[in-house]
Amino acid sequence: MNILVCLKQTFDTEERITIENGVVVEDGAVFVINPYDEYAVEEGIKLKEEHGGEVTILTVGPERVEASMRKALAMGADKGVWINTEDFDGDLDEHSIAKIIKATIEEQELEFDIILAGAMAVDDGSAQVGPRLAELLNIPHISTITKITVDGGNVVVEKDVEGDMEVIESKLPLLVTAQQGLNEPRYPSLQGIMKAKKKPLEEVEIDDLDIEEEEIEAKTKVLEIYLPPKKDAGKILQGELADQVTELVQLLKSEAKVI
Amino acid sequence: MIASNPYKVKGGSYLIEEVKPEQVFTPEDFTEEQIMIGNMTEEFVKEKVMPELEKIENHEFEHSVRLLKEAGDLGLLGADVPEKYEGSALDKVSSSLITEKMALGRSFALSHGAHVGIGCLPIVLFGNDDQKKKYLPDLATGRKFAAYALTEPSSGSDALGAKTTAVLSADGTHYVLNGEKQWITNSGFAEVFVVYAKVDGDKFSAFIVEKGFEGVSTGPEEKKMGIKGSSTRTLILEDAKVPVENLLYEVGKGHHIAFNILNIGRYKLAVGTVGSSKRAIELSAKYANQRKQFNIPIAKFGLIQEKLANMAIKAYANESLVYRIGGMFDAGLDGVEEAEGAVVADAVRGLAIECSAAKVFGSEVLDYAVDEGVQIHGGYGFMSEYEIENLYRDSRINRIFEGTNEINRLLIPGTLIKMAMKGELPLLQAAMALQEELLEYMPSLPDEDAAVLEEETKLVSHAKKIFLMVAGLAVQKYEQALEREQEILRDLADIAIEIFAMESALLRTQKAIAKNGEEKEQAKIDLTVGFVYESFQKVDAFARHTLAAMEEGDVLRTTLSMLKKFTRVQPLNEVALKRRIAKRVLDAEKYTV
Repeated sequence: MNILVCLKQTFDTEERITIENGVVVEDGAVFVINPYDEYAVEEGIKLKEEHGGEVTILTVGPERVEASMRKALAMGADKGVWINTEDFDGDLDEHSIAKIIKATIEEQELEFDIILAGAMAVDDGSAQVGPRLAELLNIPHISTITKITVDGGNVVVEKDVEGDMEVIESKLPLLVTAQQGLNEPRYPSLQGIMKAKKKPLEEVEIDDLDIEEEEIEAKTKVLEIYLPPKKDAGKILQGELADQVTELVQLLKSEAKVI
Repeated sequence: MIASNPYKVKGGSYLIEEVKPEQVFTPEDFTEEQIMIGNMTEEFVKEKVMPELEKIENHEFEHSVRLLKEAGDLGLLGADVPEKYEGSALDKVSSSLITEKMALGRSFALSHGAHVGIGCLPIVLFGNDDQKKKYLPDLATGRKFAAYALTEPSSGSDALGAKTTAVLSADGTHYVLNGEKQWITNSGFAEVFVVYAKVDGDKFSAFIVEKGFEGVSTGPEEKKMGIKGSSTRTLILEDAKVPVENLLYEVGKGHHIAFNILNIGRYKLAVGTVGSSKRAIELSAKYANQRKQFNIPIAKFGLIQEKLANMAIKAYANESLVYRIGGMFDAGLDGVEEAEGAVVADAVRGLAIECSAAKVFGSEVLDYAVDEGVQIHGGYGFMSEYEIENLYRDSRINRIFEGTNEINRLLIPGTLIKMAMKGELPLLQAAMALQEELLEYMPSLPDEDAAVLEEETKLVSHAKKIFLMVAGLAVQKYEQALEREQEILRDLADIAIEIFAMESALLRTQKAIAKNGEEKEQAKIDLTVGFVYESFQKVDAFARHTLAAMEEGDVLRTTLSMLKKFTRVQPLNEVALKRRIAKRVLDAEKYTV
């Protein structure tokens, strides 16, 4: 079974994030595998363990992404293809990334029975790259899955639909995106880490791809990035109930400005 | 293989030689794999171990065992074990990173550390092939756990005074051991014990003793001030029958094992203090940002900031020192085939001074950090539901076990003098050369426009001269009787420790500047300047303390005036410096360089 996993590196949202001049400051930020993509990596490795085959990690990004790709290799993926954007000056958005990945699959002649991706990335939260890629490759996709069973060419998937569960049957080739609950990603073992450095990691430049720069130009523009407003401590009103109500109304008018 | 590893240096030589930045290994030199190993360990501890700590500290050791087995699956038990015995034979820097990150797991870290360190290493380093084959695969993978039994009720620091006896049976097939070992970490669930006993009344020897052997049992769990989640019991040997093939190394050579293992244990303890100190800083910075008094976060107060800055400054020196030793270990073992015990033991023995220095320094940095950490937390820091309370209690043992800090202090000048006498280190030659230099030495005035770290470089070099001067005078005056002058030996040790710490921080920062430039390394520069300034003044005070005890009258006055040539320090605005350092810590809400 040939398994492709789309992996994005994101900054660690559990660490402190600083924004300067409308961009997240990378200096000092901690970068990790996008948590949803980590489920995808884990599921890819589990599918390989069950059905045999090979797991290939596909990542678009600057040089720092190698650390995340190595982690996926240390977890048990077999090889990586890194599309280096270090020298690319233009803006890239979800449509660009999907096209780049498709072009890379073609250029590298990567065969696949299944493609796994995270349901979304925790940085931009767009949830588009997976479905877009499936459309470009003209294969079906099922998003936000919490369980997958592959039997020959048949696939049964459990999909999270806003808290409810849908059971869907489909066939390979297929693209699925991973929702929380799909699995618990393993830690890369020490042996895995030592092996990872010897696993192949192919580097591809955008220039190498059969794709025009205009084709992947971003179609959207980020106007502003800002941190969620800091939540202040709540306030408990004191005194007689009637006075409290008066004060509450007062505060809703003057401070919260909601009435 | 590179012909000469740049980090290969002779133990203790830093006191008499100038060391260059490229000769020290620093955390900035970690490889990608080392970082990944550290991250993996940290994730494992944070996600798996920390949620169970309350149960573990409640002596529900089944959780310790389960988690140790999980650690084994990840390879975290076999880092120091050769590959052919199912370990991964990692470099010492990698295994140090595991130890540092494990420290977050407090009591669990101790169970882990005792198993992989003092439990397994005697067999790794001194076991014969059969012993390694029999025990190491189980220990490296977590199928069995190990403990180390040296201390007895009446022999602590005086380890060789052990009363446990071993007598060869009449048929020569086994030894019969009798005695009681106490405070044995992991004793509640360990199945393999390395036990020291005296053969024929005086031959100090080590044995591999299985829990299941006839006559082996353990006492009840001890009630302790801290590290409550580590299993600590006595090991009782009543006519315990130990097969002769379980004698470790050679009869009468147990002290070789004991002292080498202690050296590694001291180093590993110091590595652990790096992790725990960082945790204390993180907890304290978060608390200071969130806790409001007088309507503002206490992080805004200068006195809170100063505490955080001091914690960070010391942690930086500690981290720099510890990984420098890690690099020295690896350099010493460079090219050595896996675990040739004697070679490894030599490399370890060669770093005895550095290991003792690290143990003393690290345990005292941690005690400082947790103490101020509690203080920053105020009354909440005294409450058990706050993690810092736990760190505070857990920290205290570090100054006691693996050789008390007093014993380790005495070992530093003791070892130095021994090395000098054997001609292994030209200490006395250097001291004599200095005496001539001193007479003509004209101190330069502090340069107000000195380049970055130029002043600090000078201070470190002056501190080395001070050490040689004081040590030289002490050896001259007391000769053999110096070993009875414990206060003077302590002062010498403290000077040597401060020099090692100052120099480690300084060289690390210089190495980082050479790579990234001053602008990017401002945090490291500040931490170094802060540390050297304070540490150097301590060196001055220790020197004066000892000189005043050794000499009097005109001789003392002359000696002190010589000391003064080296102790002029350009005044530093520590307030501004520490506010800057604290700001970084508070912004990051953790130790940051």
